[in-house]
Amino acid sequence: MSITSTEDTAERLARLERTIEDLLSEAKRLGATAAEAAVGSSAGLEVGVRLGEVETVEHTRDNGLGITVYFGHRKGSSSTTDLSPDSLRAAVKAACAIAVHTQEDPCAHLADPVLMALDVLDLDLYHPWSIGVEEAIAIAAECEDAARGFDPRIVNSEGASLSAHSGLQVYGNSHGFVGGYPSTRHGISCAVIGEEGDTMQRDYWWTSARAAGDLEPARLVGERAAARTVARLGGRQLATCKAPVLFRAEVATGLVRSLVSAISGGSLYRRASFLLDHLGERIFPEFVRIHEQPHLPRGLSSAPFDGDGVATWAKDLVSEGVLRTYVLDAYSGCRLKLPTTGNAGGVRNLMVDMGERDRAGMLALMGTGLFVTELMGHGVNAVTGDYSRGAAGFWVENGEIQYPVEEITIAGNLKAMFAGLVAVGNDCDFPGSTRTGSWLIDEMTIAGQ
Amino acid sequence: MNDPITIARNSILAPAGLDDQDLDRLLGLLAGSDLDAADIYFQKSRLQSWVLEDGIIKDGNFSIEQGAGIRAVSGEKTGFAYSDELEYPALAQAAEAARAIARAGRQARVRIGQVPAGRRLYEPIDPLASLPDEDKVELLKRVDAEARRQDPRVKEVSASVVAVHETVLVLSDDGTLAADVRPLIRLNVSVICEDKGRREQGGSGGGARTDLGWLMLEGRALAFAREAVRLALTNLEAEPAPAGSMTVVLGPGWPGVLLHEAIGHGLEGDFNRKGTSAFAGRLGERVAAPGVTVVDDGTLPGRRGSLNMDDEGTPSQHTVLIEDGILRGYMQDRLNARLMGVASTGNGRRESYAHLPMPRMTNTYMLAGTRDPAEIIASVSRGLYAVNFGGGQVDITSGKFVFSTSEAYLIEGGKIGRPVKGATLIGNGPDVLTRVSMIGNDLALDAGVGTCGKEGQSVPVGVGQPTLRIDGLTVGGTGSDASM
Repeated sequence: MSITSTEDTAERLARLERTIEDLLSEAKRLGATAAEAAVGSSAGLEVGVRLGEVETVEHTRDNGLGITVYFGHRKGSSSTTDLSPDSLRAAVKAACAIAVHTQEDPCAHLADPVLMALDVLDLDLYHPWSIGVEEAIAIAAECEDAARGFDPRIVNSEGASLSAHSGLQVYGNSHGFVGGYPSTRHGISCAVIGEEGDTMQRDYWWTSARAAGDLEPARLVGERAAARTVARLGGRQLATCKAPVLFRAEVATGLVRSLVSAISGGSLYRRASFLLDHLGERIFPEFVRIHEQPHLPRGLSSAPFDGDGVATWAKDLVSEGVLRTYVLDAYSGCRLKLPTTGNAGGVRNLMVDMGERDRAGMLALMGTGLFVTELMGHGVNAVTGDYSRGAAGFWVENGEIQYPVEEITIAGNLKAMFAGLVAVGNDCDFPGSTRTGSWLIDEMTIAGQ
Repeated sequence: MNDPITIARNSILAPAGLDDQDLDRLLGLLAGSDLDAADIYFQKSRLQSWVLEDGIIKDGNFSIEQGAGIRAVSGEKTGFAYSDELEYPALAQAAEAARAIARAGRQARVRIGQVPAGRRLYEPIDPLASLPDEDKVELLKRVDAEARRQDPRVKEVSASVVAVHETVLVLSDDGTLAADVRPLIRLNVSVICEDKGRREQGGSGGGARTDLGWLMLEGRALAFAREAVRLALTNLEAEPAPAGSMTVVLGPGWPGVLLHEAIGHGLEGDFNRKGTSAFAGRLGERVAAPGVTVVDDGTLPGRRGSLNMDDEGTPSQHTVLIEDGILRGYMQDRLNARLMGVASTGNGRRESYAHLPMPRMTNTYMLAGTRDPAEIIASVSRGLYAVNFGGGQVDITSGKFVFSTSEAYLIEGGKIGRPVKGATLIGNGPDVLTRVSMIGNDLALDAGVGTCGKEGQSVPVGVGQPTLRIDGLTVGGTGSDASM
């Protein structure tokens, strides 16, 4: 990469830690009773190739800092992309100026000091990829070539891209905790267009990992993008009906996200969740277990501590179908009179225990119904659980895929869909921090012609 | 001092110690004979937000984002680098990285010149300073009180006010220097109503490129509060929406998100140059019913989607996309316009200096027809009347698009009936406007809340339309009555 610092990682980390410490003392000097700050700094290379030619070469370099100051139970925050000393002092001052006008909130305070991640675990997240522009272009081109050569119906391309990023994150607060760690993230993706008659379809595939050696081979990424695109050609509408629906593993993660959103502290204390007051209740059938593994080595969302500086830990969100914990940070925990669950900033690496059936087994179990491979739009009502989204996929009869379908919607209510989960497959075949197989839901309304 | 170029020079260039000689040198680094285009985009954005929740001012934030993005284009290739440091050495390093896309060429000499100040669709003001902080938080408290006094079923109210002061300066390879100072304000209100164990949310808000005083004019802020409560209470009574293909009447204003998704994205120049849009190669063809005229217009005074100039320094325009049902034009930035042999339409936009510009919409709307809206509803024996929407999404290649209702009613016997729950509507972009059978005389633009996402970049946009009757749109409810 042409824009990288010559400082080594440990030095840069130490420098950012000093930046945080300076900020926290500046806040104290301005009269704040407590303060916390987070800083991130990253650099990367992204190249795009389309129809065999270089389309873009981007050198990215991002810095960002956020600080929150507390005056008793009043708080104010500010952020800046400029990490120069003058700008940082101005940011602290701006946060203090905000706090003049905010009001007393008994829950506005730092997390409990005993929960701080005094020992910052090394989760093997840092594997820099010192790839040159030419090599990156060659890999992206190989990926796109594989896609374009896969089938004569692949007639156009949105291109293939490769990205290599490395960064540092540091968080500190006035409990005296300052912790930071470096991490990397690399990826290859490809999107191509197929044509049949006068209709076109587009689909894509991608791979993402902390270490370049863990990426799927570029050729395979291209071939999968092409295979997915070709499979969609010739899609038709369905007649409106009720039927079982199998969510492909990668789209089933959307259902997991809806669950997490509904059991997150922010939704709960605002009473904006369809799972209000469901802690300890059965929300899935008994076979369902969903757990968080924040310390997974090389995990795409692994982290030793959360956005409050609280050490993270592994836990079951759902076991035996019962909701075991909410997902809380220090603030929302206080609002709900519960301890934080170390989830400031979200959940990290969710695992849905997989069943014994592969893709074919799941299709056979469904028999006749809809295999959904893509969802569109934002039709999930977090307050009521009402669910209505655009969909595309395949119509299945007697466990066999019959034809692709598109321009349909699927609708239901998440509470009923969770309770109606028939089985989870073992067909987890996509990259990402949520690991699940496909989900078979007993019945949904499909709207079409 | 009220001139955008002067403001930009003083607030961005001067603090970094950049003078015209430095700009000449930077351009010289980029203006080799083997590059087709290059530009440097300087940006400084200041944002202040206040949040009310549980009846108290809970949080506020002030943020500053500044930097410069440097782009070098050769044929279809783009080299791009950016820096959040504005001093000369950092910019020169970024310029070298960006121009590495092209073969090494002779360095050229270019002298900068200025673009004369253009029109004023909005004043170059700082909306953060347009109201004392005391008054901003007081406004939120009044919004909270207004929402709560509407109905005892209102249980939760949250409200936020945001003001953005963005200054951009674009230096192009031909030496032109253009600037724009873009104020943007927005108020959002969200409420939760609860009755007999049932809970529903309602949200409303609005904004514009102006000062915060706009929210107080004509009681706008309080009207948004009442509207949020009305929506939540309406949805408390809602029954399951029907499922299947049926006649849909869309209300005026924000339902224009239909146009944004169904045809807007598909008419952006990049997708059409690449042939990846369902509309590619269809200029001059009928894509909508007679009477349907759709424009993208960045020149409306004060509108959220409006721009004095786009992010490449091109003045924004009034671009006819569909005229009386015939596809007339695409929206272009400089790169795609050059490659397609046409002129930029002033639609080159970017989220920030750290993103590359691409063709994006501004304010996209359909012109009014002649029908009385009441007559349109009365013409439908059974169907759906949809007046408020959440977001939408489109697959520009297949043309399939969705948008989700947040306020809708059944139409029975030509009359508006029971409210129904939110449902996603799905259709095919190149075909949906051919099914427009009636166009109202009540063109309205949205209240100024739209944000459009494309390839990970968000930009503020506007939409609008008159009341429309569309025959045969798929409605994704759960109701069993599918034969309408």
